[in-house]
Amino acid sequence: MDYLTTILLMAITTALINNMVFHFFVGNCPFIGVSRRLDAAFGMGAAVTAVTTVAGLLSWAVTYYILAPNKIGGQVLSAPLTHAVVQLFRPGYDGVVDLSILSYAVYIFLIAWAVQLVEMYIRKFFPPLYKAFGVYLPLITTNCVILFTCLEIMRHASATSGAEQWGLDKTLIFAFFAGVGFLIAIVIMAGIREELDKADIPKALRGPGITMVLAGILSMAFMGFAGVDRGLEKALHPPAKETAWIVALPTTQPAQGPQGQAPTSAGAPRQ
Amino acid sequence: MADNGPSALQRFNNGIGPENPVFRQILGLCPTLAVTNTVSGALTMAAAVAFVLICSNVLISLLRLQLKPHLRILVFTLTIAAFVTIADRVLAAYLYSMSRLLGPYVPLIIVNCIIIARCEVCAAKQGLMPALGDAIGQATGNAAALLAISSVREILGSGKWFGFTLYQSPVHISWLGQGTPFWESWSIMILPPGAFLTLGLLLGLVNWAVAKRKAA
Repeated sequence: MDYLTTILLMAITTALINNMVFHFFVGNCPFIGVSRRLDAAFGMGAAVTAVTTVAGLLSWAVTYYILAPNKIGGQVLSAPLTHAVVQLFRPGYDGVVDLSILSYAVYIFLIAWAVQLVEMYIRKFFPPLYKAFGVYLPLITTNCVILFTCLEIMRHASATSGAEQWGLDKTLIFAFFAGVGFLIAIVIMAGIREELDKADIPKALRGPGITMVLAGILSMAFMGFAGVDRGLEKALHPPAKETAWIVALPTTQPAQGPQGQAPTSAGAPRQ
Repeated sequence: MADNGPSALQRFNNGIGPENPVFRQILGLCPTLAVTNTVSGALTMAAAVAFVLICSNVLISLLRLQLKPHLRILVFTLTIAAFVTIADRVLAAYLYSMSRLLGPYVPLIIVNCIIIARCEVCAAKQGLMPALGDAIGQATGNAAALLAISSVREILGSGKWFGFTLYQSPVHISWLGQGTPFWESWSIMILPPGAFLTLGLLLGLVNWAVAKRKAA
C-alpha cells in the first residue's frame, strides 16, 4: 500500500463507512436541532469541519508532546516536553511521567480554544460567512463530534495504548474527514426534512420522532458502504496474477466483518 | 436563602415524568443510542451518568453564589470533566470488560447535554436540596429511558434480557411444520439502525400516550 492509497482509504473510511452520526452516534443534538433548513445545516456542518480539524491538530500535539508516554525503540519514555520539564527539576530522573489522567479536562479547554480561534479567523477574513454562522459557532464547544475526534486521536497519538500510532498527517486526515462525514449526514437529513414539512405525518411522531426513524433508515443505507474500502484497495492494487513461473505467496489477511471496525481499518498496516 | 423555584420533591418527580431527559427533552442522545444494545451496558452507563449528574449538581449548587456569569459554562464543564475522569477510572479499574464495551462513550458524558442543562436550569439557581432532588430525579428518568430502549433492543435483537437467554433464535413451533421458523431475532436491532428506529418509535409512543392523557 503506497502512501496516497492509505490516505484515500482512510478518508473514505472515516467519512462514509464509519460515519460519525450513523455509525458512532455522536453529534445527535445538532443533527436533530439544526437540520430543519438546508442552509443552516450546511453552515453547521462546515463549522464543525473547521473546528474538528483545528481541535484535532491541537489535541494530537498536546497528547504527543505533553500528556501521553511514548514508546521509542521498545522503551517507554515520558512525552518529550514533559520529560524536559522533569529533567529541569529532577535531573537524572528516569521514571515515566504519565499525564493522561488530565486529558479530558485538557481537551475541553482545547476545544473551547479551537472554537474561539476559528471564530476570530472567520470574523476577520470572511465576514459574510461569520454572519451566516451566527449562533452555531459558539454552540459547537459542547459538540460530541469534536470531543469524540479528540478521544480517537488520543488513542492513536501514543504507541502505548496498543492502537496503531498516527503521525500528524493521518491525524489531520481523520479529523477533517470526521467533520466531512458529519456534514454529509446533516445535509442529507436537512434535505429530507425540508420535504417532510409537506408530508402527512402522524401527530405523535412529528419533530424528533420521525427524524430518528429517518436516521435509522439512513443508517441502514450507510451500512451499505461497508466493504467499499476493501473493494477500492483491490481496484487500486490488483493482486498479482499467478503464472506458470511465479507462484504468488498466499496472503494472510484477516477477514473483517462489515461493521464494528476501528475507524482506522483503512490505515492499518497490512501483513 | 429563599429559593423561588420548585421544591426538591417537585424537581424529583419532574425528572421522572414530565421532564424526562430522553423522551421529553430529547437531551443526551449519544450514549442513549450507542450503549443500548445490551441492558447491562445501558445500566452501567446510566449509573455513570447518575454519579456525574448528582456530584456536579451538588457542587455547582454549593458554588452558585461565587459563579461569574461569563465563566459559568467553563466552570460547569471543568467540574463535569473532573467527575467523569473519576467515573471513567473507576470503571476501568473494577469493571474492565464493561469499560472496554462502553469505550469512548464514558468520556463523552462530559458533553452530555443533560448534565450541563441541569447545572444551568437548576443547580446554579437553587439551594442544595432542590438541586439534589433534581439530579436524582433526572438520573432516574434517564435510567428508566435507557432501560426501556435497551430492553426492546436486546429482546428483539439477540433474544436475551440482561444476559439471560429468553429464546433461542430461530423459534420453531411444531404445528407450523419443519423448516418454517415462527420467529427469528432481528439482528438489525443490535446494529446502529436499530437504535435510531427504536428511539424514534418509542418517542412517538410516549408522545401519543401524553396526548391521550391530556385529552382524557
